[in-house]
Amino acid sequence: MDIKFSAEDVAFRNEVREFFAAEYIGEATTRLGDSQSTDYKSAIVGWQKKLHAKGWIAPGWPKEYGGTGWTSTQKFIYETERGLAGIPDVVPFGLKMVAPVIYTFGSEEQKARFLPRILNSDDWWCQGYSEPGAGSDLAALSTSADYAGDNYIVNGRKIWTTFAQYADWIFCLVRTSKGIRRQEGISFLLIDMNTPGITVKPIVTIDGKHSLNEVLFEDVAVPTENLIGEQDKGWTYAKALLAHERTGMAEVADSKRMLEGLKQRATTEINGGKPMIEDPVFQMRMSDIEMELMALEYTELRVFASMAAGGMPGPESSLLKIKGTEISQAIHELQLQLAANYGGALAGDLSSDELGHDFAAEARGKYMYGRAATIYGGSNEVQRNVIAKAVLGL
Amino acid sequence: MNFEFSEEQTMIKDSVSRFVREQYDFDTRRGIIESDDGISREFWTMFAELGWLSVPFAEEYGGFGGNVVDIAAVMEEMGKGIVVEPYASTVVVFGGLLSASTNAALKEQVIPSIIEGNCLGSFAYMEPQSRYEMSDVSTTATASGDGYTLNGVKTVVANGGTANKFVVSARTSGEQFDHSGVSLFLVDATAPGVDVKAYKMMDGQSAATLTLTDVAVDQGQLLNAAGGGMGLIEQVMPQILIGLSAEALGIMATLNTLTVEYSKTRQQFGAPIGSFQVLQHRMVDTFMGCEQTKSMLYRGLCESKSVAEGETDAVALAKTVHALKATVARYGKIIGEEAIQLHGGIGMTDELNIGHYVKRLMMINTSYGDGDFHQKAFNQLSYSA
Repeated sequence: MDIKFSAEDVAFRNEVREFFAAEYIGEATTRLGDSQSTDYKSAIVGWQKKLHAKGWIAPGWPKEYGGTGWTSTQKFIYETERGLAGIPDVVPFGLKMVAPVIYTFGSEEQKARFLPRILNSDDWWCQGYSEPGAGSDLAALSTSADYAGDNYIVNGRKIWTTFAQYADWIFCLVRTSKGIRRQEGISFLLIDMNTPGITVKPIVTIDGKHSLNEVLFEDVAVPTENLIGEQDKGWTYAKALLAHERTGMAEVADSKRMLEGLKQRATTEINGGKPMIEDPVFQMRMSDIEMELMALEYTELRVFASMAAGGMPGPESSLLKIKGTEISQAIHELQLQLAANYGGALAGDLSSDELGHDFAAEARGKYMYGRAATIYGGSNEVQRNVIAKAVLGL
Repeated sequence: MNFEFSEEQTMIKDSVSRFVREQYDFDTRRGIIESDDGISREFWTMFAELGWLSVPFAEEYGGFGGNVVDIAAVMEEMGKGIVVEPYASTVVVFGGLLSASTNAALKEQVIPSIIEGNCLGSFAYMEPQSRYEMSDVSTTATASGDGYTLNGVKTVVANGGTANKFVVSARTSGEQFDHSGVSLFLVDATAPGVDVKAYKMMDGQSAATLTLTDVAVDQGQLLNAAGGGMGLIEQVMPQILIGLSAEALGIMATLNTLTVEYSKTRQQFGAPIGSFQVLQHRMVDTFMGCEQTKSMLYRGLCESKSVAEGETDAVALAKTVHALKATVARYGKIIGEEAIQLHGGIGMTDELNIGHYVKRLMMINTSYGDGDFHQKAFNQLSYSA
C-alpha cells in the first residue's frame, strides 16, 4: 500500500512539466481549446508536430513503430501532467484509434505508408463507424462495400463523424458480405476522403457549433489494398480498437483542473453579497463531485498499478469511463449553474464576456457538448451491460 | 506504487477471513448475540492467541507494531462476517486512544492486558445532547484534592455492557461547547459511582448508558494533559474512521456478492431475475459504489502512511478521511437498500443475513459522525476562505 513514485519517475515527471511549461504557450492555448477557431486545425497540428519532434507524440505505440518506449508508469505520469496543465489530448482518430489497428493487423505496406504520416500529423483521420441505423448497436451497420476486381465500391452513410471536415482519411467499418452472425461479414477499410463520391455534410450540435458531420458514400471506389487484414474480419479488429479507446477515459487530471477552475469561479461569483463558494448548498454540490473524483483518482491508480504489474486493463476500465464522464458532466453542470442567466447570452451585440461573466459562454458550450461524453465510446448504458456481463457474470 | 497488502498483512487478513468462513457462520453469530454476554469470550481469547488483539500496538508493550493498513486488513474481514466481538471498540478506538496517550504508566498497565484479551475497552464520549460533536461535553471533572470528581451521563457507549474499562471524556474547564478543556480519563467499569445500564443495538452489538455520580479519579488516570483531550481524539480519529470504513467495505462487498448470486438463482417470469437489464444496471451501480469506496479507503491508507513519513500534510489526510466516511455513508445506504430490494420479500426477513449486514452498515454510518456531518467537515476544510 504505497503511492510513491521512484526517483526516476519523479525526474521524468519534472522533465514532462518543464517541457509543457516551455513549449505549450501563448495563443496555442486558446486556439487549441476552441475547436471552432478557424485555425484550430493548424494550431493543433503545430502542437502535435512539436510533440513528434520531442518524440512524445505516441506514448501508446510500440517503440518499433515510433512509440516512446515508456513504462506504463511514465505513460500515466505523462497523461496526468497533460491534464493538469490543461493541454488538450492529441486528436485521437489517427494516433490512438486507427494506428493501433494498422500496426496490429495491417500489412507491412500499410504500416510503411500510413504510420509515419500519422506520427507527423500529415494526415488527419476521422472515424466512420456509426450510421443512422447503427449507434450503440454497431453491428447493425449497413454501409456496403462490394468487391469489384481491384476495388471495393462503397455505398452508404456514416454519421457523428467528428472533424470529418478536416479529414484526409476515414477508417470505416463496412459490410462486405452477409454472414450468419451480423458481426461476420464486416470489413475494416481505409478510405481517402478525396475519393470522388464522398460528401461531407455538417451537423450543428446543441452547443451551436460544428464538429460533427454526416459522411455520404456514393459508388466510392476504394482500392482493395486499403483493406485491413482479411475481408469480413473487421469486427475483430474494431473490437480490439474499442478496448483501446475505453482505457484512459477517466480523465481524472482534466476533471481535477476543471474543478479547481470551478472553485476559483465560485469565489468571484456572488449571490446576495456572498461568494457562491460560501453557500452551504453549493458547497455540498461541489463536495459531492470532489469526493467522487478523489475516489476515482485512486480507482484509476489501481487500474494503472495492475497494468504496471503486467496485468491487462480489464472490465474495470468500463468503470473509469462511466464514472469519469459522469463526473465531468457534473462539473459542467455546476459551472453552468454558476454562469446562471448570464450564460445564456449568445455571442453577439453583448456577449457573456461583456456581461461581466467571461466564463459563462464557455460553461454553456461545455455543458451542452459535454452531454455527448456519456453517449460516445460506447454509451454508459452499454458500458453497464459490459460490466454486468464481464464482471458480475450476469 | 502498489495497492497490495504486505506478506504479513495478507497473512493476518487471511487468518481473519478463514475464521469468518469456517467458524463464524450466521447461526453461530445469532447464538452469540442471544447469549447473556452478547459476545463470545472463547472467540475473544482465540483472537488474543492469534495475535489479532496486538495488531496496532507498539512492540514495547508486546504489540505487533502495525499501522492503519493492518487495522484495515483485519476490519474488512471482520465486516464480512459482521463479527460482534468488540474489536473496533476495544482495539481500534480504546486501544488507539491509549496508544496515543502520553501517560506511560497507564499505557504499561492497560495495553498488555488488551493484547492478552483480559481487557475489553470502550470510549464513552457521547452524551444525551451531543450527537456527533465530540467537544460538546457537559460531563464535569471537578478538581478535588489531588484528583477530580466526575459527574455526568454518557450514552450509547459502544460495547458498554461488556467493557471493563472506559476512556471517559469530561470537562475540566471551559464551557459546554469549548474545544479546549475536555479531558480524557481511564475509568474502571466497577469504580464506585459508575452505573452501567446495558442494552442491545440494532446491529447485535452491546451498548450502555453510563451514569457517573461523584466518581473519584486521580491524575494518573488522565490520558494526557488536562484540558487537551480533543487533541488526542483528533489524533486518533483517522484510525477510528478508517477502521470502521474498512469494516463497512467488507460488508458492502459481501452484500453485493450475495445479491448478485441471488439474482442468478431466483427465477421469475421464467428467467433468473439477474437477466433483467434494469436489475443488472442497478447491480453495476452498487459494484461501482463498492469499488469507489475501496479506492477512497486506499487513498486514506496511502495518505496515512505518507503523513507518518512527513510527506503529506495532516489537512489532506483529514479531508480524505472525512470524504471516506461520507462515501461509506452514501454507497453504504445505496448498497444496503438495493440488497433488500433485489432480494424482495425474503430480504425483509430476520431469518436472512442481508438485513443484519444492512443494520451494521447503518450503525457504522452513525458512529463517529454520519455522512452529512463528515461532508460538512470536508467542506469546511476545502472551501473556507
